[in-house]
Amino acid sequence: MSALDTFRSETRSWLEENCPAAMRTPPEKTDTVWGGRRSTFPNEDAKIWLERCVEKGFTAPEWPTEYGGAGLSREEVRVLRSEMKALRCRPPIFNYGLLMLAPVLLEYGTDEQKAEHLPPIARGEIRWCQGYSEPGAGSDLAGLQCRAVRDGDEIVVNGQKIWTSDADVSDWIFCLVRTNTEVPKHDGISFLLFDMESKGVSVSPIPLISGASPFCQTFFDDVRVPARHLIGKENGGWTIAKRLLQHEREMLSESTAGARPTQKKTLVDVARESLEVPEGPLTDGVLRDELAQLYMDRLCYSATLERSRDQALAGIGPGPETSMFKLYLSELGQRNSDWRHRVVGARGLGWDGDGFDDEELQTTREWLYGKASTILGGTSEIQLNIIAKRVLGLPD
Amino acid sequence: MSEASSLVLTEEQQLIQETTRDFVADQCSVDSLRQLREKREDAGFDRALWKQLAELGWTGIIIPEEYGGAELGLAELGVVLEELGRKLAITPLISTLVAGAGCLVRAGSDEHKAAILPAVCEGDLLLALACQETARHDPYSVSTTARKDGDGFVIDGAKTLVLDGAAADRFIVVARTSGDSGERSGLSLFLVDANETGLSRKPTFLIDSRTCADLTLSGVRVDSGALIGALGAGADILDPVLDSVAASLSAEMLGGVLDTFERTVQFLKDREQFGVKIGSFQGLKHRAARWFCEVELSKSIVLKTLRALDSNDVQAPELSAACKARLSDTFRYSGEEGIQMHGGIGVTDEEDIGFYMKRARVSELLFGDASFHRDRFASLQSF
Repeated sequence: MSALDTFRSETRSWLEENCPAAMRTPPEKTDTVWGGRRSTFPNEDAKIWLERCVEKGFTAPEWPTEYGGAGLSREEVRVLRSEMKALRCRPPIFNYGLLMLAPVLLEYGTDEQKAEHLPPIARGEIRWCQGYSEPGAGSDLAGLQCRAVRDGDEIVVNGQKIWTSDADVSDWIFCLVRTNTEVPKHDGISFLLFDMESKGVSVSPIPLISGASPFCQTFFDDVRVPARHLIGKENGGWTIAKRLLQHEREMLSESTAGARPTQKKTLVDVARESLEVPEGPLTDGVLRDELAQLYMDRLCYSATLERSRDQALAGIGPGPETSMFKLYLSELGQRNSDWRHRVVGARGLGWDGDGFDDEELQTTREWLYGKASTILGGTSEIQLNIIAKRVLGLPD
Repeated sequence: MSEASSLVLTEEQQLIQETTRDFVADQCSVDSLRQLREKREDAGFDRALWKQLAELGWTGIIIPEEYGGAELGLAELGVVLEELGRKLAITPLISTLVAGAGCLVRAGSDEHKAAILPAVCEGDLLLALACQETARHDPYSVSTTARKDGDGFVIDGAKTLVLDGAAADRFIVVARTSGDSGERSGLSLFLVDANETGLSRKPTFLIDSRTCADLTLSGVRVDSGALIGALGAGADILDPVLDSVAASLSAEMLGGVLDTFERTVQFLKDREQFGVKIGSFQGLKHRAARWFCEVELSKSIVLKTLRALDSNDVQAPELSAACKARLSDTFRYSGEEGIQMHGGIGVTDEEDIGFYMKRARVSELLFGDASFHRDRFASLQSF
């Protein structure tokens, strides 16, 4: 038996023994455990599951053990993932600190910074939000104006961020700030961390076309931040910012937005109900054709994800295909929720109140909320620019 | 996960790819296709090229070792087809190997296999599947009949778009032994010699310089040994063989997609207008980037489908449908985008890009276009 086989069987036994039965069912959206100072759990099992994973280092299996990881190799992480998938174990925790900030801290942080910030992320104690976009800096992110000025051992921040997901429930922020206004825009940006409980921070949620949303406007008024929370060099933040965006795209490529349905009923179920065709071919030939196309495109997309993972395992890549994931998945997700919403017809036109069940209302809200997916995390047009430049090598 | 199911080429597949790539660089080009077009030979392909493929071992690549083949899978054949497809090379690999030999390996008698397969491996014998009768691919729409007559059968009917039918030495003829056209049951497969009395063929020269044939069968008499598989259950053979054909053809189409895409991106980097490279215009950049996504998805579904067919995965039929639908759409789209981005030169006969668009249209319609395969996919998924 190879070392990897031994690891596989040990991991399987550990998971079977430690993952509560309730954590082996498909999660609803509201079941996500985000962690943080104000962490809530959908139930006691979710709490137990997180605690056990933390103890084992399985919330961040690839990190070194000194930072709360399990110190696993790439192959071992893959085995762990496949065993978790086989047993249908839910991820113990999901948050932006773990998926976006931590990888750049590991790459660019000092030993002190890693020691200070990584263990609380691994333990799910601190929830992070992302201070990137501003009202005047969306696609042109490097044009950001949020000002930071050094004052002795501190940095004083003034300005505004927008689309800060979950800012109202987060503990710390990783924030892009302008530390030099005299140089080309990319060369005057710094990457700064600070506590959202600092004096001068205020947050206001933004209602979207779909109603309440996780997005917020975030204001900084003379927020004083210890200078040791600067990651990388002062004015050298753009490189780190871009690397973090790569991790964000990766996170968005694997989210459940389009490839896997978040709702209980499949698209076929919805169509059968709405068209009143309990069996046999769907009677609306155009809808049937569109549905086949959607399912086929999903198949092609998941085969591409699979190919990319197999390549990584074989030590190839990441190949150029990864740059299309965020673009394609967000558009696929939109087509998915648009189709679902059209098919339910009148049942999808209600906003709230009686007369529409929860699933119908959710269908409507998801269709509307989905419109954000091709804008957030870099618009589709920005993704196309990136592919044209970095993958195809087309000239400026 | 086993190496075979991984969506990365194995060492052996990489070797096959390199060998074929060198061979194609040496022997195949759009210029050789132009020459073939001018010659308008009945065979429809270059027999010398076929002999060379036999020497490489490719004409027996998926045939069992006991009959002289390499006994590799569709995944390996797909690598060969993709490379040949890049330069639009015309070979009877799909008609003879995947369709013809595919039927025999699956359901042929020992006598059939021993008599035919070794000669196929040597490159000395060509097969073709005579299935289609209607203008659009519809494998169960078969009106050709095979009537029991004494110890054998008498076949009457007509076939169209028989791929490589002009050069084939033997046909596998799909005929109805019971039921009505459109029904899945009642189909039977017969091995018929091309020189059989009562069989006549007429070559049809297609827009992509490929040759098919129309067949007329009138009172063609075959003995009972000509039957492949069980009487009336021909669809049980035909369905999986057509899945393999669709997926193999998709692999060949992928080669065309890749070449069209790469040569067009290069054109965007070379061509100047308004004093700059046209690839610097965002209107073209975004189109090229969208095209790139479709190409990547196509690569993945071809790899996935060929591996699923090789391992008899239960998902193989729906993957085959998804694969042929995707490649039909993407190859057509690639031809259209390629020509539009080339501008005026793109619509001239002098520029190669037009040959790709023509091949795309023929490949799209052979063995079912995207519309056909979406319908098949939906039926397989029970909606």
